[in-house]
Amino acid sequence: MDDRKPESSWNTGITMIRFTDVYKRYSNHYEALSGLSFHLNDGEMAFLTGHSGAGKSTLLKLIALIERSSHGQVLVNNQNLTRLPKRKIPYYRRQIGIVFQDHNLLHDRTVFDNVALPLIIAGENHREIGRRVRASLDKVGLLGKERNLPIALSGGEQQRVGIARAVVNRPPILLADEPTGNLDPELSRDIMHLFEQFNQVGTTVFIATHDLDLINTLPYRQIILDSGRLAEQESL
Amino acid sequence: MIFAKFNIKNYLLRHVQVMLFSLGQLWRQPLSTLMTIIVIGIAFALPAGLYVLLNNVEQVSDQWDDATQISLFLQQDVFPDQAIALNKKLNSWPQITEAHYQSSSQSLEEFRQLSGLGSLLDTLPTNPLPAVIIIQPDQTDLRSDAIGSLLAKLEALPEVEQAQLDMEWLQRLRSINETAQRGIGILGLLLSLSVLLIIGNTIRLAILSRQSEIRVIKLVGGTNAFIRRPFLYTGFWYGLLGGIMGWLTLSFSLSLVNGPINELAKLYSSQFTLHWSSAILLLVLPLIGLLLGVLGAWISVGRHLSAIEPH
Repeated sequence: MDDRKPESSWNTGITMIRFTDVYKRYSNHYEALSGLSFHLNDGEMAFLTGHSGAGKSTLLKLIALIERSSHGQVLVNNQNLTRLPKRKIPYYRRQIGIVFQDHNLLHDRTVFDNVALPLIIAGENHREIGRRVRASLDKVGLLGKERNLPIALSGGEQQRVGIARAVVNRPPILLADEPTGNLDPELSRDIMHLFEQFNQVGTTVFIATHDLDLINTLPYRQIILDSGRLAEQESL
Repeated sequence: MIFAKFNIKNYLLRHVQVMLFSLGQLWRQPLSTLMTIIVIGIAFALPAGLYVLLNNVEQVSDQWDDATQISLFLQQDVFPDQAIALNKKLNSWPQITEAHYQSSSQSLEEFRQLSGLGSLLDTLPTNPLPAVIIIQPDQTDLRSDAIGSLLAKLEALPEVEQAQLDMEWLQRLRSINETAQRGIGILGLLLSLSVLLIIGNTIRLAILSRQSEIRVIKLVGGTNAFIRRPFLYTGFWYGLLGGIMGWLTLSFSLSLVNGPINELAKLYSSQFTLHWSSAILLLVLPLIGLLLGVLGAWISVGRHLSAIEPH
């Protein structure tokens, strides 16, 4: 399917996310993405960077199908998002774990209930939910806090709850939008390490961030956006 | 792994959980819940109460059908033997159960007894009262054409001065009753609509206060059905509890009215008591309530779901 020259060693794998000549225009004629083409392989971990307003959030929104492209093709996990009917969107989203900068937790539910949400939505049975929520919380180091409300946790812990929720149904793709935006450097490193661990078990991880100091120390490809266009791709 | 297998037991269990969860949410805001329920209850109690009262009036007037009589006032110049012959002839008519002749002097005697104007009547030179044949028609349904045609036939007899249906007022009462019934139907419809709007608006506020939650559920792959469900159950509970509240309001109001009505009935030496089936109303009002509740919630959620749909 890939008729172009391989760009990196990752390209030998199967493509997980592929953008082909993608444009996104808003009704006020603002063009957030202009002719963007890139791809991510299955099991790859990559960073999406660029100054604010470069189109990072828009790009992630297109992958999560929060928005649709105005032109061009977006392929994710062998599904053509341009043609995916509305009623199938919820089922598509269950294949993607999303981590937000502001966590997006439900503040009237316990940590356990927050993490369990994707499983409840998918109609898992009670015992399986308990098992997987605890496994997920264990992985982010919050097993003792399942009965707490999110408000009782620190910012870093809330972000971990958000990550636990994103991975609890073992999605093949993990997206993160500025996951370390509000955290100090040390906590940020811990969070990134967590993402690396999920990547090591085969999850495709794609993180939008402007924390260049941190990601320059890490051996992953950087996809850099500039005014809605691809600036360059660096890979170590 | 990604698509969990559909499991009917899980599905039903989930429904019960959501049902109890939405009841719990109402319980946590007792005051606003109670106010909404009372408003719905009153909206139900009003038309239902009027309907019960009207139904009673109808039942009473049905009992009076047996008392339907036609009074045949004879011409002054009809001789008593002619009148007796007519009476005999009328008795043989199939539409007439019984005809009873009452001469003018008998009428005078009856009037003397009932009116207490005996001495005054003695001063009259002649008996002013006509002879009467009182007819019990076979057909007692005042709404039927049969009684009208019988009346016309009797009026056409040469001996008859006037044929009068004693229960014409009852007929009028019936028409008034029918008009009132239609009015109550319209009132019921309008108040049902207002229940729909009350519940719809309450759900709308609930949706607005949980908009971020809905957004999160959508982002982690919740279907519209999943998002709709708790709101539908909220509407369900409002309607059900509102219906029960309406029944309570109605029962209480009718028990207040029942005492004076019994007193009134006693004064008219009647056995009348307010009759209503509280069991049926206890079934019907909450049923209508929960149907309206779910419908109102459905409309409200549907509108708002499409409004927060990502595009």
